[in-house]
Formats: sequence, C-alpha cells, structure tokens
Amino acid sequence: MTGRPMSFQRMILTLHDYWSEQGCVILQPYDMEMGAGTFHPATTLRALGPDTWNAAFVQPCRRPTDGRYGENPNRLQHYYQYQVILKPSPDNLQELYLGSLAAIGVDMGLHDIRFVEDDWESPTLGAWGLGWEVWCDGMEVTQFTYFQQMGGFDMKPVAGELTYGLERLAMYIQDKDNVYDLAFNDAGVTYGQVFLENEKQMSKWNFEVADTDTLFDAFRKATAECENCLANDVPIAAYEQAIKASHTFNLLQARGVISVAERQAYMGRVRDLAKGACAAWMTQHGWAA
Amino acid sequence: MTDFLLELRSEEIPARMQDKAREDLARLFAAEIGKAGLTASGIVTHAGPRRLALIACGLPEGTAAVSEEVKGPKTSAPPQALEGFLRKTGLTREQLVERDGILFAVSEKPGRATVEVLAEAIPGIVRAFPWPKSMRWGAASASTESLRWARPLHGIVALFGDAIVDVEVAGIRSGAATLGHRFHHPGQITIGSAADYVEKLRAVHVIVDQDERRAIIRTRAAELAREAGLELVEDEGLVGENAGLTEWPVPLLGRFDADYLSVPPEVIQLTARVNQKYFVCRSADGALANAFVCTANIEASDGGAKIVEGNRKVLAARLSDARFFYDTDLKVPLEQQAEKLKNIVFHEKLGTVADKVERVAKLARWLVEDGIVTSKPLPFRGGVGVGATSAGLGETGPTPNPSPEGEGLAILADQAERAARLAKADLVTGMVAEFPELQGLMGGYYAAAQGEAPEVAAAIRDHYKPVGQGDDVPSDPVTVAVSLADKLDSIGQFFAADLKPSGSKDPFALRRSALGVIALIIDNRLRFPLAGVMSPDALDFFADRLKVQQREAGVRHDLIDAVFALGGEDDLVRLLARVHALQAFVGTDDGTNLLAGYKRAANILKKEGVIAAPLPARERLGVGADAQASAPSPAAGASVDADAPTPTPDPSLAGRGDVLAYPPEPAEAALIAALDTAEPAAAAAVEREDFEGAMAALASLRAPIDAFFDGVTVNDADPAKRAARLALLARVRTAVHQVADFSRIEG
Repeated sequence: MTGRPMSFQRMILTLHDYWSEQGCVILQPYDMEMGAGTFHPATTLRALGPDTWNAAFVQPCRRPTDGRYGENPNRLQHYYQYQVILKPSPDNLQELYLGSLAAIGVDMGLHDIRFVEDDWESPTLGAWGLGWEVWCDGMEVTQFTYFQQMGGFDMKPVAGELTYGLERLAMYIQDKDNVYDLAFNDAGVTYGQVFLENEKQMSKWNFEVADTDTLFDAFRKATAECENCLANDVPIAAYEQAIKASHTFNLLQARGVISVAERQAYMGRVRDLAKGACAAWMTQHGWAA
Repeated sequence: MTDFLLELRSEEIPARMQDKAREDLARLFAAEIGKAGLTASGIVTHAGPRRLALIACGLPEGTAAVSEEVKGPKTSAPPQALEGFLRKTGLTREQLVERDGILFAVSEKPGRATVEVLAEAIPGIVRAFPWPKSMRWGAASASTESLRWARPLHGIVALFGDAIVDVEVAGIRSGAATLGHRFHHPGQITIGSAADYVEKLRAVHVIVDQDERRAIIRTRAAELAREAGLELVEDEGLVGENAGLTEWPVPLLGRFDADYLSVPPEVIQLTARVNQKYFVCRSADGALANAFVCTANIEASDGGAKIVEGNRKVLAARLSDARFFYDTDLKVPLEQQAEKLKNIVFHEKLGTVADKVERVAKLARWLVEDGIVTSKPLPFRGGVGVGATSAGLGETGPTPNPSPEGEGLAILADQAERAARLAKADLVTGMVAEFPELQGLMGGYYAAAQGEAPEVAAAIRDHYKPVGQGDDVPSDPVTVAVSLADKLDSIGQFFAADLKPSGSKDPFALRRSALGVIALIIDNRLRFPLAGVMSPDALDFFADRLKVQQREAGVRHDLIDAVFALGGEDDLVRLLARVHALQAFVGTDDGTNLLAGYKRAANILKKEGVIAAPLPARERLGVGADAQASAPSPAAGASVDADAPTPTPDPSLAGRGDVLAYPPEPAEAALIAALDTAEPAAAAAVEREDFEGAMAALASLRAPIDAFFDGVTVNDADPAKRAARLALLARVRTAVHQVADFSRIEG
C-alpha cells in the first residue's frame, strides 16, 4: 500500500469498478430492512434457476441485537456488506476475489490471506452452501460460499457468493481500531460523523422503545400479506413480505419479548414464507421439476 | 519397476478432512489397481489445503498374462449341457480342453500396460471419493449429476515414471503441470516424475508432506516461546489444524495487552484456540502469559510484523469481548441468573431447566442425607481393587454406609443443594452464550467471586464431569452429589418420557451420563442401590453400560454375565467386587477344576431335566439392608430381611445326608460333608461381602466333586439312589450359584 489508504467510500467505488469490469450488474441497495445481503432478492431469487446472473451491490444490514449504543468499537446494529453473486460460479472465482482485494489495496506479499472452512447455512432461507471465511491476518473479512441449495431447491447451476464485511476491511486497510474513526471519504468525514448518532438512537429504539404490540401486529400482517401474495401468484411481492416478517422478528428478539420456546415457532414461520416464495418463483418460471 | 504420482489439486480442503482423505486415497488406489492384479511395493500419501497426492512405488510396467479356466460339463453330460456351456463361453467344442472327463474353457488374458490400468483407475477413484461433505460447482453443476468434491477440483497430475497417464475427469485433463504456493509462486510448474515431486514443490514454497509441516509448526512455535522466555502450551490438535491450513507454515509470536490476563485463563486459551487457532504460552511460574503464536502461510516481506500486528488486533477484539462478558456476568449474582432458567426449555416433554434444577437439588440433598454420598470415601471390605481392602478397615462399623456425623451431614447436604441450585445458572451468562464449552467452569468462577463456599464453587465447576472415558471423576463429596444427581435425573426423566437411546441414536447423551454415574459410584465406592431411584428399564440400561465399560477395562464379559444372571443386584460396588473375585478365582487351578466339576454336574442335571433353582431374591445376595431401608421410592423399599428363610424351590434339600434312605458311597458321603461345611461358609462370606472367602469355601468342593464323579454312578438302577444323587448335584449347583451363575462362564 502506498500513499493514503482508501476511504470507505473509495473502497466501495473501487469494488464497483472491479466487479463491473467482470461483467456484473451493479445494483443499488434493496430498499427494505434485512439482516444480510443474502436476503436481497438479487441473491435469493436470482440464484434460483438456470439463467446466468452476475451482480454486485452494497446492502445495508440491520441486526438489532448487535447494537451497542455506539460504545463498542466494532459492533453495529447497522452496517454494510458488499455482496457479489456469480452464477454459474466461475472456475477462477478465488482468483477473481483475490484480485478484488488487491484492487482495494491489500498487499498479499505482506499479509496472510487464508481460506478457512466455514459452511454456510440459513435455515430461514432453506439454504446451505460450502466455502470458507476468508482471513486476512487472522481477521475474517469475507464469507465465500458456493450455494448448494436455496429455498430447499438444489442449485442448477451452483452460484458463488462473496460477502465482504466493508467496515472490517476498511478498519484493516486504514489501520483503525475503532469503526467510528474510519475515514468515510477523502475530505475528512469520518464514519462516526455519519453513523454514531444513528447507532445511539437506533440501539435505544431496538432495545427499549420499539412498541412491541405494533411489532407483533406487523409480524402478523406481513405473514398474512405473504399468504395473500402467494395466493395471487406474485412471488416477488410474497418474498418482500417474508423479508419484512424476518426483520420484525429480529426486532422482537431485541426487545426480549420472544421466549426461547416461541423462538423456534417464529423462525419456522419465516422459513415457511421464504420457502413458499422461492417455490412460487420456481413454479412461475417452470423450473420446479 | 516404476513409481506413480497422482496429485489432485483443488481449492482449499477443510483441515479436518485431510487425514481421512489420505487414508481413503491410499485405500481406493490399492483396491483399484488390485482389481487388475497390481500391487505397489509402497504407497505414500500427502495432504494439504490445496492438494492431495499419492506416490505408489515399485509398480511393474504391466500386468502378467493370466490364463483363466472355467469348468464346464462332464464329457458324459447330455448335449444340452454342452450347448449351454458353449453359448455361455462363446467357444466351440474344439476350443474346450478335456481333463479327467471334464470339459474346461480356457481363455488366455494378455497382460495389460500399467499405464492403461492407471488411466482406468483414476476416474473411478475421483468419482467415488468418500468426502464427509462434498459440493458441486461451475457451469457443469447445471446437472445435479456433476462431479462432487470437497471443494472445486482444478487439476490432476498423473505420471507413471515420466509418462503422463492420460485421463479426463469432469473436464479436467491430466498432465504434468501444477501450481506453486498461492502467493509466493502462483505460476505453473512442471513435475518430472514422482521422484522430483516433493522437491519441485518445495522450490515453489509448498511443503507437500503434512508431517513435515506439522514438525515445522511444533518445533518453531516452541522455539519462539523459548526465545521469549516462555513455554509453549503444546496442542497437537492445533498443530494438525494449522498444518492443514498452510502450504508454507510460518509460526509467529505476538503479544497481547497484559490487562486481559484478568480474564480466566481458560477463556483466553479457548478464544485463542477455537476462534483464531493460536497457541498460548506459559510464563516461568506456570501462569498464562500475554503471548500467542499464530501460524501464517507466507514468508512475509517485512518478516511478518504486519501479520503479527493484524493478528494481535483480532485477538484483542476477541479478548475485549470476553472481558466485557466476564465483567458483566460477575455483576449478576448466580442466584439471580438462575431465575432466568425458568425461560429455558430443557426438553419440551420435561419442562424448563429451572424444573430440572429443582429436581436435581432435591436429589443431591437426598443423596447426602441418605448416606449414599458421605464426607469421606468409604472403604469397601470386600475389596474392589488393589489397596481398597486395607483402607481404614478397622474404623468402619458393621454397616456399609455409616451414619455421617450430624453436623457435617447437615453442612454437606446444604452445600450439595446450594451447588445444585446454582450449577446451571451460568447457562444464561454472556460468556457461556459465547462459549458453550465453558459451561460449569464459568459458573465456578462466578460462584467463587461471589463468595460461595469453595466446595460449592468446585461442585458447580465440575458437576458435568466425567464427560467421557479418561476424564477426571469427581471425588469431592459436594461435587459427587451434584454430578450424580444431575445425571440420574436426566436418565430417569428421559426414560420416564420414553426418550430412550436406541441403536446409534442417543441424542441426549444418556449413555455418557450412565457411564458417568457408573464411574462416580465405582471410583467413590458409593453404596448405592440404584433400584431405589431407577425404573427397571433404566436399571437394565445401566447394566448394559456397565458391561461395556468393564469389558473395555479388561473384565471378561462372561464373568459379568455370570454375576448379572443372579439377578436383582443393583449395588454396583458389590457387583463388581463379586466379578473381580470371580475373575481372580477362575484363573486359578481350583477355579478351573471347580468350573469343570460344576459343568459336569450341570450337564447331567440338564439332561435329566432338573431345572436350576429360581434366582435368589436380591436380599439373599448380600447385605446393605439398612442402606436401602430409607430409599424414597417404593422400588427399593422391598422390605429386606436378612434372616428370611432360604427359599426351597428345588430338590436340593433331598441331597442332605440326614435324609438319605440308603447308605451312601464313601465319595458321596464325603461330598455331602463337604457341602455341609462349604455352604454355610460361602454364605457367611457372601454375607460379609468377602467374595474371595466365598470362592475359597467353594474351592473346598473341588476335590470331593472330582472324587464323586470318579467313584459314584449317578444314574443308578435304584430310582431312590438316582434321585438322591441328582439332588446332591443340584445342591452343588445351588451352592456355586451363591457366588455366580457358573453356567455363563466360558471355558
């Protein structure tokens, strides 16, 4: 690395350029709250079926229980994932990935990059895959997965998914110990200036303020609407309701109002919705053999 | 003779799969070439993250020609048989060979070039490879039939001598080219033959042999620690894992902030080990040092300074999290944490963890109050093992469970209940949520810090023990009570809910719990009639576990069966004393001969249809009546009366000398006399739990039995004599059965 390390936004722009060069569609974030980039329909739904699909996008992730009121240097209830999905998975996916690290300034003669077994599973999405967490000097910077199943369907063909933890990578590239100290741009704006107040307020809302009756009601309504969508053959809309139900469930968890015993039932409900949407999507395209 | 090299190059194979992959590769290869009649003089395998390799030495250039003979019909057979045989073999009558009136079809199979055999074998090996988890990838995966491998397979090197064995598997064509280290030498290199494989790869920063990588990690990590004035905490698991993650291992030592040492050392070690795969180090005084050793996969251009710094930061973040959990947990009294157990379901059929805690607390208290767990280990008079008999022989009273001192008992009972009530509280702490394997240990730390008695803290810490063969078995009475109560509760509850282990399925690890109970009882010599707290089916389950456990400890299973066959014994300590005495006895001349005499008697009785006496009731088998009297469940309450009259179900009474209607032969009289002495002596010894003594008493029967068989005809023409002598033999059998059912003993 020479000169000034990349700012947070420069990193995103560089990854956009890099994956754009590789033929990816560069999407903007999905306009709904979700816990991981994998929930983005451009991953979940588009991973299904035989069509070629290459896309890259930033997805804000909301994990209400990870909120720390802005007091923890590396835990956030809102952060960014950089998500790349390539179907079918190219034979040189590892090399492409390492190329992207080099592009954002990781010197692989100086740093120790490792592919450490980490099998991925999302019961909520009826999905699993094999791959690794990629370590840079012992820090997990990317989740690298070859999807094998999605929504309970075998992948035909298999898609490769890369999920970069942008804040972690930036902290590493900029050599910062605290996420709020990250240079957001090259004009002196820090990550803290952009997001610290947001973390404080949203942590408070997630843990203390959010009206649980409203949330329970929202969960019920989302599940009902999902059924409605499925009955009327609009799987994308149904999937959106599943995302909504999933995030509402996460908020209820943060509020501590779901008992351990109930937890499984709620998760099962969300899984049924997501799988139902995937199945409807497959059926609509004539892929569900 | 020529050597063969096979390299299967892929994306990073999980470290934990590599050892088995080597074994599988060697096995599959030997089997495949074996089918063609080839054997290698040696097979060496190597595994690493990116390649799996095999070198087979000393293969011939080709397989030998073989002539195969198929036997056909006799020359005298009807023409249909001959026609059928010709059809089957595709030969004509003239091509058959005749020998001794039988026709044979002889086919000469020419030898095949080894290269050809190998080319056929490789695709089979690759396709059949038994990865524990495998995946599909790439465009070919549009079909679910596409090749599966642990991770995408990219290259095959197959060289017989210096010749390429030409194969293609799933679009991958074999060759002589492979890749070097991912970062040090990403380009291609060409392998000449098996002979230069290892060295050519070494030149491009790949150490192909896992054992060499392990040695480097082991040695260098220890060296780094030593250079820093520390001692490495050795960990072969980590050595293997790091060797499975690297092609060019470079151990590096780093330091973390000494402030983190306020976190319990087990937590630091676990964080370092599990999350980061780092070794930890000890200072000269044996305490954990603020140092770690990570293993990089490159020789970094700055000597590794940046790598160490990066790893230090990651560890610091982890330790910071751990310290946060630890400090937060410390502030909440365990009692208060235990309240939250009401919200955790133990099992849907068995209520919450709080419900379990309530049961365990009561049971732990009862175990103490009933004298089963006492403040000092109880000597066992019968002698369970070496040294057991000598321990405090003089100071024990006549009962096996002497009444503990009143006050000591009350304290012990209170501590057992207290520990049981707090034992599961750490399950809701932040630290255990993060590291479930620290359950118990953290509770122990928190309890000690919050002012619980040391015995209570220790019991909370150790109550899951023993968790497997070879694990420490608790001996502190408070811990023993809680550990025993916890396991007995699980077994009892799951059995009551009909959630028993079956076959290979044991989702609640009840077998391990039973083994734990057995170890706790035996090691602490607890006089504990299990029937008092266990249902009959749970008791059978214990019996099975005990057999397995004792078999592994080298006790003959037939001897265990012989004692179990007596039935009704639920005191494991006494049962094993009997088994051990029996094992010692049958190893002696007396034992062997008595067994032979017994078997002869038993065979005659069996032939004559004289059935054995019903198995003696449990109360006849031994003492311990007072220990059982207060057991809380009716199952053990079966009132015990040591003076109860001996059941008289079989005709053995008729074998007594005083009721004979004829003058006995001398050998007959001698056996009667011997029995008159041995029977009460053996019974008394059994009563004292002196099973060696009982065996010795029975041994005195050996000579009279032999003499009886030599000098007396059992099957006498006089029905009265015959009946009396059969009765006498039945008496012998019954006498022997006081100790064990000898019919179950082999040999």
